[in-house]
Amino acid sequence: MALPVAFFAVFFAYPVAAIVRRGLRVDGAWQFGRFADVLGDQGIRHVLWFTTWQALASTALTLLIALPGAYVLARFDFPGRQVLRAVVTVPFVLPTVVVGTAFLALLGHGGLLDQLWGVRLDTTVWAILLAHVFFNYAVVVRTVGGLWAQLDPRQEEAARMLGASPLTAWRKVTLPALAPAVAAAALMVFLFTFTSFGIVQILGGPAFSTLEVEIYRQTSEIFDLSTAAVLTLVQFAAVGAILAVHAWTVRRRESALKLVDAALTARRPRGAGQWALLAGVLATIALLLLLPLAVLVQRSLTAPGFGYYRALTDPDGGVFLVAPITAIGTSLSYAAAATAIALVIGSLAAAALTRRDAGRLVRGFDALLMLPLGVSAVTVGFGFLIALDKPPLDLRQSWILVPLAQALVGVPFVVRTMLPVLRAVDVRLREAAAVLGASPWRVWREVDLPMVRRALLVAAGFAFAVSLGEFGATVFIARPDNPTLPVAVARLLSRPGDLNYGQAMALSTILMVVCAVALLLLERLRTADRSGEF
Amino acid sequence: MLLRLEAATVRFGGRAVLDAVDLAVAEHEIVCVLGPSGSGKSTLLRAVAGLQPLDSGRVLLDGRDQAAVPVHRREVGLMFQDHQLFPQRDVAGNVGFGLRMHGTAKDERAARVQELLDLVGLPGAGGRAVAALSGGEQQRVALARALAPRPRLLMLDEPLGQLDRTLRERLVVELRELFGRLGTTVLAVTHDQGEAFALADRVVVMRDGEIAQSGTPLQVWQRPADAFVARFLGFENVVEASVEGQVALTPWGKVPVPEGSAGGARTLLVRPAGVRLVPAGEGLRCTVAARAFKGTHVAVHLQPGDAPRLEAACALRSAPEVGAEVGVEFDPADVVLLG
Repeated sequence: MALPVAFFAVFFAYPVAAIVRRGLRVDGAWQFGRFADVLGDQGIRHVLWFTTWQALASTALTLLIALPGAYVLARFDFPGRQVLRAVVTVPFVLPTVVVGTAFLALLGHGGLLDQLWGVRLDTTVWAILLAHVFFNYAVVVRTVGGLWAQLDPRQEEAARMLGASPLTAWRKVTLPALAPAVAAAALMVFLFTFTSFGIVQILGGPAFSTLEVEIYRQTSEIFDLSTAAVLTLVQFAAVGAILAVHAWTVRRRESALKLVDAALTARRPRGAGQWALLAGVLATIALLLLLPLAVLVQRSLTAPGFGYYRALTDPDGGVFLVAPITAIGTSLSYAAAATAIALVIGSLAAAALTRRDAGRLVRGFDALLMLPLGVSAVTVGFGFLIALDKPPLDLRQSWILVPLAQALVGVPFVVRTMLPVLRAVDVRLREAAAVLGASPWRVWREVDLPMVRRALLVAAGFAFAVSLGEFGATVFIARPDNPTLPVAVARLLSRPGDLNYGQAMALSTILMVVCAVALLLLERLRTADRSGEF
Repeated sequence: MLLRLEAATVRFGGRAVLDAVDLAVAEHEIVCVLGPSGSGKSTLLRAVAGLQPLDSGRVLLDGRDQAAVPVHRREVGLMFQDHQLFPQRDVAGNVGFGLRMHGTAKDERAARVQELLDLVGLPGAGGRAVAALSGGEQQRVALARALAPRPRLLMLDEPLGQLDRTLRERLVVELRELFGRLGTTVLAVTHDQGEAFALADRVVVMRDGEIAQSGTPLQVWQRPADAFVARFLGFENVVEASVEGQVALTPWGKVPVPEGSAGGARTLLVRPAGVRLVPAGEGLRCTVAARAFKGTHVAVHLQPGDAPRLEAACALRSAPEVGAEVGVEFDPADVVLLG
């Protein structure tokens, strides 16, 4: 317990506090008046308003499009279902930069729609909303569909036997059982879209800006730290509120539902209506999830003879000090280090949270662990720069800085993956080992570890993918001569010219393939998956 | 005394699950704690194992207070109700687990595992997966696993609880024979009186975290301490009575009691064998309300007017039909005054 707490104190709380202090403390006095100034500003109010409504709209749109998908993937048995479940998860672990680039290739200037019909959406809010749906489709399918697949159909049958019509049975039995999962999924989507950075940065243009983008602009372009500090605190409060509600719905979800093996509930679609639903969902997935990625790959290949890919190996492109291709190696080694850190910290935290005598304080830490998912990554990254610059924590020149920031985002995934598995280990199995002479540490090694080994691999996969795609914090702290893949993509995109654009597409494609491979590998491990959250 | 509990008390949210329990188990003794679910018997075992800290009182093993001794150093064995075999290990891995924890060398371990599997009647099963075992086999593996590190005290929590009846009756005999041969000290808990009586040298009946009675199976069976114990043992013919000389006044009329019984208000038990059916018109007038076939006899439930029902044990051939009118007389040899 001590190590995870220390980790979060030093690498999360301290940098965030440092940046707030830097922004709001002038000549030894707190300048709380800045709140009124900043929040009274017309432009900032516009940003707040846009952040909120685009998040609400994204959430509603995602639920609307993904709920039928959740149902189909949970309850229908059709060839290729397993593959499809894996495929819809790929977007979630894709770096926001890749998603942004892919949508740019589809909807942007010279994009597919532009070529076909002259339609451009890249500076409209639609591009942002669609990209958000793309990104969060899996959250809904996983969270809601995971539960839906395990709901005992006999409950509905019992209601039918008691005289309920199919619709009434669904409304009175299934819907109440699903509601907490739907609420939890909606909150997660809201959280992710509320703090959206990479997608808005790439697709939004100057017209649209979320809080996170505004914080980035204020710190890195305008150097107005006090405004950034106020905005950070506002976002912090909002995220805290969302997480509190989320924790509450999760607790409600833990109420005793009768769950059965998912394999028993799926059946072949029957009747025209169900086949049409299946076809509709497949079409949605193809258009919304697969098409952008396909266009991305296609764009990266438009130069003859893999020209864009070959250009990546050329150090004289002028954008970087090194050939863009080296970003792959940098990214992989950073992500590996971040994964190792996240696994150690996350496992320790999960183990502490599973202990039966865990008090309120420890359980409160559970919710705190989720904070890095929502708190401004930009703030964390910038906070790293200004907080970790003095001995004994002078890490500015150290390569470990980037993995540390990425691990922060990976830890919540590790904890979320490990907790259900650890909680499912029968306490008496541990007791049996203890009575046979195993010390507490031996009990963990002999009983828990063999059971969580697989969950550990899955957690590692997620942490790896997330670290690989982390952008908001990394963009601040990655050294210019050692960019990670997403940072390199963003920098290429910000330059004019077809070659840079093509290289961005090529680099994004590589990043996508790496993430997809990592995910598909771990999807094979996930067969005995319970209703996980991500 | 190998094990001694002194005023052991455990409270769950204000309710005493173990209420100042005093209990002693001598070396080589087989003690069986008998009680309905919720009587605190499993908590008793967990307290001895160190899995459940005491709120007050002491647990002593070989005269030494165990308060500061963690679970894994108490050197007691515990066989869990549902066995709790380690699912990811094979049979040999389960049986050898305790030996491994105690640092036993590899070849010695293998030899001991083999010896134990022979002992519990599963020779050569070491390589089998535990998921592939039947309930009875799992029970044997769990027993072998608990015995392997040679615990000072072996504790069994509902050892045969989940098995079917015939298997249970066979295993209980095997267990008693095995423990006698090995000289194992055993503390078992069960809710099944048949199991307790067949297994134990001494039976301890628990009720609401307290010990209601302790004695040999014969003593407990013949003279239940109170109405609770009597009813728990399956005796239904228990009433309040007022005793004068050799007669007790009961809702069933006058019932003869054994010679030398103390007078006054007492609780009275008539064993079913002591309820004799006589022709209607003689003795207490009853209607036959139900019959239950018990193999060796028929349990006949009799409704005597508005008094409590009586259970009589009748020979197979002479049992009356439901609805028949009969008379009842009582045999003083099967009448017991409790307490």
